[in-house]
Amino acid sequence: MRISLFVPCFVDACYPQVAMAAVEVLERLGHTVEFPEAQTCCGQPPFNTGMWNEARVVARRHMRVFEDAEAIVALSGSCGAMMKVFYPELFSGDADEPLAREISSKTREFSDFLVNVLQVTDVGASFPGRATYHDGCHSLRELRLKRPPRTLLENVRGLELVEMDEAETCCGFGGMFSVKFPMISSAMGEVKCDSIEATGAEFVISSDSSCLMQIEGIFRRSGRPRRCLHLAEVLASRGSLPG
Amino acid sequence: MEGPPQMTGKETILGRVREALRMPAVRKPAPSSAAHKPHEAREWLPAVGDTFAAQLELFQKNAEALKARFISCASLSEALDCLAGLAAGWKSVGMHRASLLEPFATRLQDAGVRILYTDGGYAMDDLEATDAGVTTCECLVAQTGSVLVTSASSGGRALSVLPPHHVVLARREQLLPDLTAVFELTHARFGSNFPSMLSFITGPSRTGDIERILVLGAHGPKELTILLLP
Amino acid sequence: MSAPSREFHRQARQVTRDLNHRSFVQKALDGYYRKRDEYSARFRSWQGARDLAFEIKFDAINHLDHHLEEFARKAEARGTRVHWCPDGGAATQTILEIARQNNVRSIIKSKSMTTEEIHLNDALEARGFGVFESDLGEYIVQLRHEPPYHIVFPAMHLTRGQISDLFQSELGSAPTNDPEELTMIARRVMRKKFCEADMGISGANFAVSETGMISITENEGNARLTTSLPRIHVAVLGIEKVLPRMEDLALFLPMLATSGAGQALTGYNTLIGGPRQSDEADGPGQFHIVLLDNRRTVILADPEQRDALHCIRCGACLNVCPVFKNVGGHTYGTTYPGPIGSVITPHLRGLQSWKHLSAASSLCGACTDACPVKIDIHHHLLRNRRNAARKKPVWWERILFAGYIVLMRSPRLYRLGLRLGRIGQKFHPLVEGTRLDPLRAWTATRALPPLAKTSFREQWKARRR
Repeated sequence: MRISLFVPCFVDACYPQVAMAAVEVLERLGHTVEFPEAQTCCGQPPFNTGMWNEARVVARRHMRVFEDAEAIVALSGSCGAMMKVFYPELFSGDADEPLAREISSKTREFSDFLVNVLQVTDVGASFPGRATYHDGCHSLRELRLKRPPRTLLENVRGLELVEMDEAETCCGFGGMFSVKFPMISSAMGEVKCDSIEATGAEFVISSDSSCLMQIEGIFRRSGRPRRCLHLAEVLASRGSLPG
Repeated sequence: MEGPPQMTGKETILGRVREALRMPAVRKPAPSSAAHKPHEAREWLPAVGDTFAAQLELFQKNAEALKARFISCASLSEALDCLAGLAAGWKSVGMHRASLLEPFATRLQDAGVRILYTDGGYAMDDLEATDAGVTTCECLVAQTGSVLVTSASSGGRALSVLPPHHVVLARREQLLPDLTAVFELTHARFGSNFPSMLSFITGPSRTGDIERILVLGAHGPKELTILLLP
Repeated sequence: MSAPSREFHRQARQVTRDLNHRSFVQKALDGYYRKRDEYSARFRSWQGARDLAFEIKFDAINHLDHHLEEFARKAEARGTRVHWCPDGGAATQTILEIARQNNVRSIIKSKSMTTEEIHLNDALEARGFGVFESDLGEYIVQLRHEPPYHIVFPAMHLTRGQISDLFQSELGSAPTNDPEELTMIARRVMRKKFCEADMGISGANFAVSETGMISITENEGNARLTTSLPRIHVAVLGIEKVLPRMEDLALFLPMLATSGAGQALTGYNTLIGGPRQSDEADGPGQFHIVLLDNRRTVILADPEQRDALHCIRCGACLNVCPVFKNVGGHTYGTTYPGPIGSVITPHLRGLQSWKHLSAASSLCGACTDACPVKIDIHHHLLRNRRNAARKKPVWWERILFAGYIVLMRSPRLYRLGLRLGRIGQKFHPLVEGTRLDPLRAWTATRALPPLAKTSFREQWKARRR
């Protein structure tokens, strides 16, 4: 299958290793990966701020970039939900509404794509260590992807997956929310980090690097660093820890 | 928004409502779901068992989990003894006129308990000073462990809630499986002439307002006893 | 920034730092989660029940004019007086008039958020009526002269020690750490008030149009007493409370109990369909229903957010909301705190003054999943944000997103931006966390992830070559 990869802008800039890992996993499974280089941002920041006109400008451009894609794989539940769930409402009544619906139907979050489209549950990964999985809210509640990432992780050799009490509780990132209401965002993050810590896990895994940015940021600032990894990094691993 | 002064509150509100409803709602029920069928609720609500025995067992389990006392009596005399046992130390009870209650009233009076009948009016302080309220009910509900009292079946509104102990007498055939069945019964029994009050009593009065810790007897009865007669 | 917004920020800063508050609220809710899950699991299908509840409320709200007329007609046929009040002022005036005409002195109340909404107690007390809240939690916050912290658990923020101190100073009771003893102190005080009251004021959870009856859900029995003992009963309810049929209660009573309090059914669910009838032993001689609009029709007129009127005020969305749990109920400054409050308050009290509540959410959606009547709560927050920005965008957000568009429309400029960011990042440690730090909102509590030496697109290009 010809897969068009959507690498969210902050993954591109801050976490390139996540996208490289995803490419490795998809290619290992025998698929052709494309990266449409004209892509930038899906338009979520202005959309969530309520500035839908501005969001439409960027989202429209983003749709054109992926217009010819056979399948779009998003490396973030949040940005994936933007395309899959929110584009149809953003373009409701707009001339591009049919395109928005088409893009929506072609877009899948990474774990969703592996498990539900490619029907792969074991990618042959091996990763020694004790880890807990954080459900990004968009993955969990907009895309309903509670099981797929866990199914994939359960088949990673050497990995011990432990659930935290607050697995489904928001980490407090929330995009602009994190800087508009830093006190609330940070308090939510602390609750999350305390729950992670209580599991004794060395690693925190998620399908959303934006959540991990928040979680890692709080752990590092409070002097109790913990490795935060995107699901793709774990799935790409062949036994040694990713660099 | 404000209507002209000659409009009544009713006209103003209904006018606003009708104006607002001219635009259809964007979110609608899922298209697959059929037109509203009241009986559908039963399909989703907790299961109640198919037999009377199963439903009776469920009623008892639910009621006792809520800290109500449930006593199933094999005969009238057993029930009379049972109430007499509960009444040890009581000075007065509130009751109402009902054929089911008559033998119990006689037995209590014989034991020296004063009876205050609420039918036709009573002094509130007298009822407040009683040791218990003894009433009949419309039905029992297996699904929830509830007793349905009404102002018609249970001596008015206060008798089942003002005294510190509420004793309900019910016959076995008064047990209904679920809430849907209750509303079928009340429609059939009352038509458009409902009593002014119906109340599902589910366990004794309770509160969790202090640190979410359960305390019984917040404002109503601390004790609820259900005596089931054959 | 509006005054309510400034106040929200101030209190949020304070409460989010209070670790005692955080753990106390979490502990108070832990038992609720357990019980809610236990009882919803007993439903043959909780999701099916939610779908049906949505359908029934959809019918009720989208034919509201019909159901209201039917409700009033049926109620009046049984001797109930129905008062249609377009706003809070009209409702308050109506109730004051009833009290005056009947020489009322003392008023007992059972829990009603609608009367909180119209500040009824203040109006009654200002005119010399004694007003006593009988719900234990409401009574406690009334003694503290503060609004309810939560719409179902008004005093959930208080420890038994605080309540003991309060009772000691206000009621002269002996100090105790026993919740049962504290409850009995309140019971004794309240018994007297119940017997003295001339008028009982209650709310209502549902209004059944088919029979003209109101339904009141409670645990303590105080609503039973409020509606039984005084000679006048006034029920205040929002126009959105209607349910078409009695049978609908078979669904809504258990769902309200499970979502609201983690119970299968609450202690008392009482239907009232009129004053004392001629053949009845007791009950109020007069029964008044005050039907309140107070801008509910503004929500009704919004086709996108009309389902916000489905709300049965169970509080489930508050209980699962991480924002609510961290900022607490009082920080909102609204009658209805938490997610549903953040949706409806801008409609009830003005979008520009209250839009900050819709922004103060990570849009995690826990509220929407918890809602028994399937209100699209967190997406409505998004729609409030859009409506606010459409009417009056924030100046700095306009500038920010104008720049963002320029950057994101051109991959060349985007790459240039990345390079500049990497240069800027070298100097960032000089100001990190200080007042000069432009990223201080993030870095004050969180480390910043570094920009990678080479972006993915650069690595991708290199790999292709």
